[in-house]
Amino acid sequence: MTEPVRQLIAVAAPLIRANVDTDAIIPSREMKTVSKTGLADGLFAGWRYTAIGSREPNPSFVLNQIAYAKAQILLGGENFGCGSSREHAVWALHEFGIRTVIAPSFAPIFFGNCVRNGIVPVRLAAAAIQDIASWVGIDPQAHRVKVDVEALQVAAGEGVNWRFELDTESREMLLEGLDAIDLTLRNKPDIDAFLERDRIVRPWIYRLSEHT
Amino acid sequence: MTARTLFEKLWSAHLVRELDGDSALIAVDRVFLHERTGSVALKSLAQSARRLVDPSRVFCTMDHIVDTRPGRGDDTLLPGGRAFVSETRAAARAVGIRLFDVNDPLQGIVHVISPELGIVLPGATVVCPDSHTCTQGALGAFAWGIGSTEAEHALATGTLRVKKPKTMRVRFEGVRSSFVTAKDLAIALIARFGSVGGNGYAVEFAGAAVEALDIEERLTLCNMATEFSAVTGFIAPDDKTFDYLIGRPYAPRGSDWERALHAWRALRSDAGAVFDREIVIDVSALAPMVTWGTSPQHAVPVSGVVPAESESGTSAESYQRALHYMGLSSGIPLRDLEIGAAFIGSCTNSRLSDLRRAAEVLRGRRVASGVRAICVPGSMSVKRAAESEGLDKVFLDAGFEWRESGCSMCFFAGGESIGAKQRVISSTNRNFESRQGPETRTHIASPETVAASAVMGRIAGADQLPAQVRAS
Ligand code: SF4
Repeated sequence: MTEPVRQLIAVAAPLIRANVDTDAIIPSREMKTVSKTGLADGLFAGWRYTAIGSREPNPSFVLNQIAYAKAQILLGGENFGCGSSREHAVWALHEFGIRTVIAPSFAPIFFGNCVRNGIVPVRLAAAAIQDIASWVGIDPQAHRVKVDVEALQVAAGEGVNWRFELDTESREMLLEGLDAIDLTLRNKPDIDAFLERDRIVRPWIYRLSEHT
Repeated sequence: MTARTLFEKLWSAHLVRELDGDSALIAVDRVFLHERTGSVALKSLAQSARRLVDPSRVFCTMDHIVDTRPGRGDDTLLPGGRAFVSETRAAARAVGIRLFDVNDPLQGIVHVISPELGIVLPGATVVCPDSHTCTQGALGAFAWGIGSTEAEHALATGTLRVKKPKTMRVRFEGVRSSFVTAKDLAIALIARFGSVGGNGYAVEFAGAAVEALDIEERLTLCNMATEFSAVTGFIAPDDKTFDYLIGRPYAPRGSDWERALHAWRALRSDAGAVFDREIVIDVSALAPMVTWGTSPQHAVPVSGVVPAESESGTSAESYQRALHYMGLSSGIPLRDLEIGAAFIGSCTNSRLSDLRRAAEVLRGRRVASGVRAICVPGSMSVKRAAESEGLDKVFLDAGFEWRESGCSMCFFAGGESIGAKQRVISSTNRNFESRQGPETRTHIASPETVAASAVMGRIAGADQLPAQVRAS
């Protein structure tokens, strides 16, 4: 169960680079235990700190700048979240406080991980994201971006709106904060019926043993 | 009956029920886990009160952070690595799934051992919390990478909620020249159509040049579907697939095998089936490829130069960042680049045929002085097979390290790394910033290109080797 996300009005930080991969979001060395938590500190560690293993903030990195303090929205580039499937990238973003990533395209596994953890992945054209970044840049703390999951709209200033698309399933899950497993278990009779049929059609899938 | 694509057949055979929009509940036949991301799913499942539905169809391996130096145990160079190993072991035992543990003779990289053991089968759905799960599509399976939460979902329900992808067919036609490998096909595709070219698609690889690939080469090709941002990549199974699978430890036997074979023969796209997108690539025009930048699409032929921005197919920002990171400038011939390290391994290129081809290049030659060269077989079975042919001796005599199997330095887990600003030629799949260690500069290529480069001490194709070595 995650918190439902309906509407968000927040500071948006630009990180408009193509192919920001999940190892850049949370380097493997920062995943220290078998756990979904304790990751925010390692978020973007390679960019955010002055050296590997150091915790001294790199002043040129956007999330270290006072103007972008408490950002809950990230403005990204193409193919955001590519690379390793590690969900730790999304857990780290969430723990840090990010609730929406706006990018021209997302890697598919990262997209699914966002939805399952209450982060809204918003696809907008690169030009629109540039426009938003320019507007935000004037005064990031005052020029807050609005993301509306119900209306599927992003607003950057009075009357400046973009629509985005989100499949029904993802939208519902975000709006309701639903746990996908609970949702699926409501379909248990369908699953059982499928298995009963399939065991006859494809018995070899179910009869597994190791021969050496 | 309307003509259907192979993907539609795979999809409908696993359709439990339609969901809202274009999503569906899809039955999952096999779940594979590893200690890096699978352990979290097992832990989370244990913390919920839910049961794992069918342990006999779930497998786990120790491949990502396990040590690969000879004589390894549970310790790794990653601080806290030992705890990962022991927690994964405890969690796997608690639910009673087959674990390919550190010293199991069948241990190896998940996408190497799953085909090798006959765990992935044609027509099956296979998931793993690992982006390179698409590798296994080479056997005609629908295999795709997921997150850890989705893995928990698959364990607890035997299904996944999946948005139906669009279909794409990539046809490789023509005859490739010797030295052009499956790896070069994959890199050339991504260089031409971009690292997001496959986004939203399930990609079927087909055409005469794909039919001509052996199974291990097909695994290499499908491996990099994720670098193309595709949901999955797969190839229709044929007699080569069936010959490869028969008798493997988990493959069906007896009458099950006969029935399966009959069903598997129908697993192909019907004539006239319509794809949402179709791409044709003539392989006779391709050459061995190498990457110059920090995305797999930043690639040119080994004989090429670092492209100008206008020819790089990438944005100005990404181009400049990549050049800066890699320590390069426009117009430099790739062949002029001295390397500090050479790495042969990973789920892309660490199977027996990969090692054989690299060994062919290395036989009677030595790695250039100052180059650290490492070979990591993809599984312990591959390692034993290679040793029985004497390949380990070829690698060792040439000056390569010969390791235990695992992901090793394909990625930086926090322990061992290639080194900052080191230029490495690598048979892996990702050249992202810091992928093989903080600030490491990775160039990806085929195993034969890696071997040839190791010998020359700079980036070189295997075709250039003999004359140049005689000349020096
Ligand atoms: S070998 Fe590399 S790419 Fe393959 S599963 Fe391991 S870390 Fe991932």
